[in-house]
Amino acid sequence: MASSSTNSPCAACKFLRRKCQPECVFAPYFPPDQPQKFANVHKVFGASNVTKLLNELHPSQREDAVNSLAYEADMRLRDPVYGCVGVISLLQHQLRQLQIDLSCAKSELSKYQSLGILAATHQSLGINLLAGAADGTATAVRDHYHHHQFFPREQMFGGLDVPAGNNYDGGILAIGQITQFQQPRAAAGDDGRRTVDPS
Amino acid sequence: MASSSNSYNSPCAACKFLRRKCMPGCIFAPYFPPEEPHKFANVHKIFGASNVTKLLNELLPHQREDAVNSLAYEAEARVRDPVYGCVGAISYLQRQVHRLQKELDAANADLAHYGLSTSAAGAPGNVVDLVFQPQPLPSQQLPPLNPVYRLSGASPVMNQMPRGTGGSYGTFLPWNNGHDQQGGNM
Repeated sequence: MASSSTNSPCAACKFLRRKCQPECVFAPYFPPDQPQKFANVHKVFGASNVTKLLNELHPSQREDAVNSLAYEADMRLRDPVYGCVGVISLLQHQLRQLQIDLSCAKSELSKYQSLGILAATHQSLGINLLAGAADGTATAVRDHYHHHQFFPREQMFGGLDVPAGNNYDGGILAIGQITQFQQPRAAAGDDGRRTVDPS
Repeated sequence: MASSSNSYNSPCAACKFLRRKCMPGCIFAPYFPPEEPHKFANVHKIFGASNVTKLLNELLPHQREDAVNSLAYEAEARVRDPVYGCVGAISYLQRQVHRLQKELDAANADLAHYGLSTSAAGAPGNVVDLVFQPQPLPSQQLPPLNPVYRLSGASPVMNQMPRGTGGSYGTFLPWNNGHDQQGGNM
């Protein structure tokens, strides 16, 4: 501070065209190489108001106070209508937009997670379907029926070859079988006998 | 007409505070009604009546109401927080914007990764292409603004502000982004 006083006044005292005293409240925060900083603060807030404000603060707080005042003064001069309130409004708008975008992104992410679960379920169902398949063979009943048709003819020939000892029983059986045999052919009895005689 | 009416009935809050006669052409009367004495008291304490007069005279009449309201807002913030004023609110909002921007970038990265993973899993019918283009954050330097948006009268930012009287804003204050080149002379 003493060196500042002897060398050159601070930016504030230089602007105000006054002698920079050793206890100048502006000197630590408005160095001579930053004249615009003080000019802005002075134009917007006034030197006397800033002096009163700084004197009410603890010395350790003054640097931040001066820098925030300089920032506000700069914004006010850039935009005399809205000043810092314009910056605040823009930031609030950006914040709301980001909240909307983030909400949409999170909603989409939850959809993807649901799709992942659904895909797993579908795959599981596919495996079950394949496991459910069974190989089987059809049962042919006709072969058995064909075999059954062939059997009565053997019995018929066997009956005719029986000797006279059992003629009565054999005759009865033979007649029954012949009767059954004639019915499907729908032919006369004589024709049947002729067929039997040559064999 | 309002100022003329105020002249006959009662002075505006500004002239009442300054103990002077409220003239018909008083520049303060339309914006500082008698029932809002604190509004002018704050503006006067922080900015000074002469500075505000000069500022308002440099504006068009239709701009003055917004200018007065923004000055009143900043003055109230400065009275509440003599160290940071409304710059504290700005740094708070900047931190919130920065935090949400990072969250959004992470969510978009997850969406992109999930999209590729879903395609690899063999579910082509369910693939949805999402395009998110978040706007870049002006974190380097705040540009001059003439915004259309208006602040709500309730001052929600002030209510949200953390009351750290120490250097709680130190690392995020706007001028630390190279906006002001400060030279510590102590």
